[in-house]
Amino acid sequence: MNINPTSSKSAFWLGYRDNIPFWLIVAPFGMLFGAVATEAGFTIIQTMIMTSFVVAGSSQFTALTLLQDGAPTLIILATSLAVNLRMAMYSAALVPHLGRAPLGMRALFAYFLVDQSYATSINAYTDNPEMTLIQKCRYFMGSFTCLLPVWLVSTYVGALIGAKIPPEYALDFAVPICFIALSAPMMRSLPHFMAALVSMGGTLIFISAPYSTGLLIAALLAMIAGVQTENWLKRRADND
Amino acid sequence: MTDPLKIWIIIFFLGVGTYLIRFSFLGLVGDRKLPKWFTQHLNYVGVAVMPGLIIPFLVWPDATGGALDAPRLIAAIAAFGIGMWRRSALWSVIAGITTLYTLMYILG
Repeated sequence: MNINPTSSKSAFWLGYRDNIPFWLIVAPFGMLFGAVATEAGFTIIQTMIMTSFVVAGSSQFTALTLLQDGAPTLIILATSLAVNLRMAMYSAALVPHLGRAPLGMRALFAYFLVDQSYATSINAYTDNPEMTLIQKCRYFMGSFTCLLPVWLVSTYVGALIGAKIPPEYALDFAVPICFIALSAPMMRSLPHFMAALVSMGGTLIFISAPYSTGLLIAALLAMIAGVQTENWLKRRADND
Repeated sequence: MTDPLKIWIIIFFLGVGTYLIRFSFLGLVGDRKLPKWFTQHLNYVGVAVMPGLIIPFLVWPDATGGALDAPRLIAAIAAFGIGMWRRSALWSVIAGITTLYTLMYILG
């Protein structure tokens, strides 16, 4: 494949291409959300406005589940927003790469900052340190241009069909496969492994923390574990 | 039937809140320099967040009523191993989906 991330036009298409595998995941996930939302009593208009305004599938599912359980509005908002707090970390991680873009563009990028656009972009930026700001911006645009239409159309189709999707398709596995596919290419070094281990262990230990904040506690510990391992390896290399 | 006003309130505040979370650093920090120790931690954001999102689905899958499930576990390991080896999300997704469906078919 000779698409070159360091040419601007190619950078857009590279971002687009790198996200095509996630069609396989975003499409069933969107359909599932559409179906569950209409079952929960959402009109098609409410479903579509939610999905295009929030653009964060797992928090939308959280909100739906709590709504159906009859939870109070404030609890629903606090819990679903906590699910999205990880995006503040994505936002910070992109600053060294996209921070010099004009404010209007950063405001647009913020709207499209999802797990896939963050993960594929940061991987491309790390693998190609010679990418310029414009190329990085184009790559990011390519990533969300690839996925947003699929997310919207599949939600709409799911809302129209409405009926339950048969369990034989094992769609419950779309979400974990998605995050596995996003994180596996990030495992570059021992510190990354340590961070991943602490993230998994921490999530299990803090699973019952209020408002699903366990993940955030685990993530902070995991970042510290990654940096400490990195520093330890550096010290060991210096001593040799 | 849920009160439509409650639905609209949730859609609005979840949308605005989520946007502000995403905008936070990218929007407000901009091109100011972040301290070195901070950016060093940021290199691990992806591997610190995503494995934690995966693990509850593996340990307590909804579809099996929360019991460990061999096809899901093996599919996850296949997706992870292949994705890491090929450094590719595409191969990871393909490996995961084929393994899961094959095992579910065999074990019926």
